Formats: sequence, structure tokens, C-alpha cells
Amino acid sequence: MTDSLLAQTISVRGHGGDEIEAYLAQPVDEGGRFGGVVVIHHAPGYDEGMKEITRKFAAHGYLAVCPNLYSREAPGAAPDDAAAVVRALGGVPDGRLVGDVQGCVSLLKSLESSNGRAATIGYCSGGRQSFLAACSLPLDAAVDCYGAFVVGTPPEGAPLKVGPIVQMTKDLSCPLLGLFGAEDQHPSPKEVVELEEALKQAGKIYEFHSYEGAGHAFFATDRPSYRPEAAKDGWQRIWAFFGRYLATGA
Amino acid sequence: MCTYQTEKLELSGSGKGPGGWFSLSSATVYFDHPAHYPAEHSLNIDFLDLDGGAPSRVAVELDPASARELARVILETLQAVGEP
Repeated sequence: MTDSLLAQTISVRGHGGDEIEAYLAQPVDEGGRFGGVVVIHHAPGYDEGMKEITRKFAAHGYLAVCPNLYSREAPGAAPDDAAAVVRALGGVPDGRLVGDVQGCVSLLKSLESSNGRAATIGYCSGGRQSFLAACSLPLDAAVDCYGAFVVGTPPEGAPLKVGPIVQMTKDLSCPLLGLFGAEDQHPSPKEVVELEEALKQAGKIYEFHSYEGAGHAFFATDRPSYRPEAAKDGWQRIWAFFGRYLATGA
Repeated sequence: MCTYQTEKLELSGSGKGPGGWFSLSSATVYFDHPAHYPAEHSLNIDFLDLDGGAPSRVAVELDPASARELARVILETLQAVGEP
């Protein structure tokens, strides 16, 4: 295949039948069949960096869609303004997130070039949401990039209305790849170990990598937190993982 | 934005955003990744009118020393004019 792709803003039916904005990127390869990836954006929102990542998946042979999880609170707003509003309102409710991801999975599988498989990947708050989706929906693979509060709770007084979901590990429907920064505090290395223990106890297939010298958001090329070595290795882990669990299919 | 160290407060006042002046209803104060200031973390304040939608926002991202200095000057100014 080539790295030709088509990327566009679309509308997708999410939780409760709501139409929400999304960014869809597809490989251009006549007759090709591809796995689908739902890209769950980071807390700073549906921004240029997340769209760039969505296109990257298409360039590597995956159907990829990134839903704007802040569509309802801030339709058409700049990503940072939308993120500020959602932060003040306490974040994205878990049930709504699952419904939105379900809508994206249905969309990806409905595409003629789908191979019938679907995965999630999420960054920052999206890392937790990727795990949440994989414990709530039948998926073929999931990637958690430094998601906080899978284990643990937000600081006291913070408006964020999310709690730990590690107790859902038994319901994880697919293999999990976890990519973490050893210097991150949300999630902390201790919390990553706790999640790993839960996965072991539940007999789940997982693969974790923690990078020394990297903290939170080491994949974010447009931020000072970017760590090229960790990101480069992380991308290689993602391609190998998706190659194993997502690329083959109907 | 991921220390998740966030405080939210109700307030009264006005702010000026891209669309002009608007009434403020709340502010969030947080120490986290900035959107623009070139540092891994900053002290950020969003002055908001949540009823006015996402564009009703005045935002600042400050380095910690600047934020402390700003807080000190605000308190000194209020004290100088006898405001409690």
C-alpha cells in the first residue's frame, strides 16, 4: 500500500443519538481492507495535534476517527476554549464517552474498506477513556497512553467528576498496550504497577512500557513535554501491537 | 493539562474576550500544561461565563513566580484602598 490518505471533518452519531463532530482519515488504496482506530483526544481537546495523529494512523494503513468529545458543550469553539469549559463543568461523563466511542466503532466498521476489526487509542484523559471503552465494548485492541485515574482519584476539590475504573479490569475485552512516562504523576509509576497487577490477576493480555526521562504527554510534538526517544519507541510499539491484533481480519 | 490540580470559584465582574465585554460568572485556577506559554506547566486562570458558551473566556497562563507576584499585588492593592 501507499501512504496516500483522505482526511475530512464529518458528523458521527454518538451517545444518545447525538450528532457530534469528528475527524476521519482513511487510507486511499483500492480494494484494501483496514482495521479501524478510534483516536480519543487528550484533555486539551480536539486540536491540531490530535488530527495529526489521526492522519498518521491512516498513513500507516488504518481507518481512523477522532470524535470531538467536547462537541456538545462547545460546538465550533477553539479547542482551548472548549477544553476550558469542559474542565469547569467537570469533564466528559463516562457513560457518554462509551456511547460516543461505540458510535465511532460502528462508523468505522460500516466503511467498505473495513476489515471488521476496531481498536481504541487515547492520550492523557483519553488514555483512561480508552481503557474504559475497552472494558465496556467488544474491541480487538486498546492502547492507553498515560491515562490518569484508571487507578486513583483526582485531587480533592478538583471539579473533575471521574473516579477509578481499575475494578473494571475483569471486563476488558481485548489486549491492552500501555505506554507511560516514568516521571509522570498522573498516572504515577505506583498506579501503573497497580493496574498491571490487576491485569495479571484477571489473566488479561497486556504489554506495558514505561519510559525513563519522560513524563506526561511525551507524544505531544507541539509541547515542551515531547520526548522524541520515548515517542519514537512508543510509535513502534503501537505499530507492532496493531499489526498483531488489528491489521488482519475479514 | 494533567496535574489535575484545579480550583473553581464563583465570582462577579466583567471580562473582555474576542467578542467584546461580557459578565463573568466563574473562574477556574489550575496548575497544568499550558496551551501557549512555552513551559511544561504554568498557573492558568480561565475567567468564564459558562452561560455564554465557550468563546466567553478570558485566559492567562503564568509562570509560577509571576502568578505569585500577581496575587501579592492584587492583595496589596485591595488593602491600600481599604477593601476587605
